[in-house]
Amino acid sequence: MAWLDSFLIRAALGGAGVAVAAGPLGCFVVWRRMAYFSDATAHAAILGVALALALEAPIFGGVLVVALGMAVTISTLAGRGAATDTLLGVMAHSGLATGLVAVSFLPDVRIDLMGFLLGDILAVTQTDLLLIWGGAALVLGVIARRWTALLTATLGADLAHAAGLDPDRERMALTLCLALVVAVAIKVVGVLLIGALLVIPAATARRFARTPEAMVAGAIGLGVAAALAGVWLSFRFDTPTGPSIVCAAAASFAVANLAGRRHA
Amino acid sequence: MSLLTVEGLDVRLGRRRVLRDVSLAIREGEIVTVVGPNGSGKSTLVRALIGALRPATGRVTRRAGLRIGYVPQKLALDASLPMTARRFLGLPRSVGDDAAHDALSAAGAPSVGDTQIADLSGGQLQRVLLARALLTDPHLLILDEPTQGLDQPGAASFYRRIEEIRAGTGCAVLMVSHDLHVVMAASDRVICLNGHVCCEGHPEQVASAPEYRALFGSGTQGALALYRHEHAHSHDPAHPHPH
Repeated sequence: MAWLDSFLIRAALGGAGVAVAAGPLGCFVVWRRMAYFSDATAHAAILGVALALALEAPIFGGVLVVALGMAVTISTLAGRGAATDTLLGVMAHSGLATGLVAVSFLPDVRIDLMGFLLGDILAVTQTDLLLIWGGAALVLGVIARRWTALLTATLGADLAHAAGLDPDRERMALTLCLALVVAVAIKVVGVLLIGALLVIPAATARRFARTPEAMVAGAIGLGVAAALAGVWLSFRFDTPTGPSIVCAAAASFAVANLAGRRHA
Repeated sequence: MSLLTVEGLDVRLGRRRVLRDVSLAIREGEIVTVVGPNGSGKSTLVRALIGALRPATGRVTRRAGLRIGYVPQKLALDASLPMTARRFLGLPRSVGDDAAHDALSAAGAPSVGDTQIADLSGGQLQRVLLARALLTDPHLLILDEPTQGLDQPGAASFYRRIEEIRAGTGCAVLMVSHDLHVVMAASDRVICLNGHVCCEGHPEQVASAPEYRALFGSGTQGALALYRHEHAHSHDPAHPHPH
């Protein structure tokens, strides 16, 4: 497809795809207070990059496996009531540090570490686009299919049990989606800022939403807008893409809150 | 046949044995109240009944196809989740506008549909939770400390409403409470719990039972007396109970 040859169009499509996946999941991250949890999972992904390079495996696969392992570990600890704020902090930073040390041990591999930490959306290939949009479709599909069960479990585990649902299963579904989002987002925003792309659009959408559905739609819309604005900024001013996208999202959050305060 | 049967239930939370050898049955259409002091395992029993806790031994048997309407003690609401009362009623199964309105009216909160649940008062939230439970057309309504935070007239009118609902729908009701004097007047049967079932029967029987008096103080004059905070009932192994 010739129109995909333009790196700028690929970048815009990649950023939009990540925002589409991050929107609905980000709402659950906010509602369930999983912000630190998502940071820990994202930071561990750099270890996945190191492993994939060492084993000469695809980066996407390595990141997915490690993010999944980290997310399931934390989720299981949380289920037992052991995942305190402190423990999450320990895991988030240890994951990042271990990954960075592991990367430095790789002898001949010359990798763009900054690209994985902060995102390098302008290097997005057609294969990456396929993975990003495939992952986004999967995340949207899982969340849409389990929507009412996820919402009920979010309101209360006992409420879900009484309705014949299994809140542990719903939590695991979100955990899997989180690992998937980390894997598709790493190339676009980098491990350091995936958490921001999850939380900021959702928190901004909260200002305007009266139902959970409206908040998800708002988070997707704001996320896509921030991704497009960020790609343009990055291209125009030669700034790193991930931080540019997050700056755009943060600006929308600030504007929404200032505007909301004036109306209130 | 009973709607729900509990046989020899033992529940441990961590290393603590919270419930031991609890057996009880809920029959169609009856109002049963579980009373007991704080820490007696009332909420644990409810959580085991709705399937949120797995018993160490014993079992909970539900009649096939039993629909339970559950009203939790409170909702751990995060203000970041936007949710109108109307939307909440449709979780996890969506309901029509007419049914939602009828349920809110039956629960005594007809006009809160458009309100965010985070903005509801304690009493209003309690009614919305009740409306949501009624919408499943339950065979058994389970209420965990439903009047906590209500004043006495509020609690009394809540229990009258529960009796009306039972009369209207024929559902059985299991309530957990420490709000003894009002609850017991509205109950067909009272189960006195303190880790195990101390005594059980009609409210008058239970109120005059020595086990109940040992648990709630000797000064309580039957079901309508005020609840007094005297928990002299101990489980000292040197002085085993006669039951």
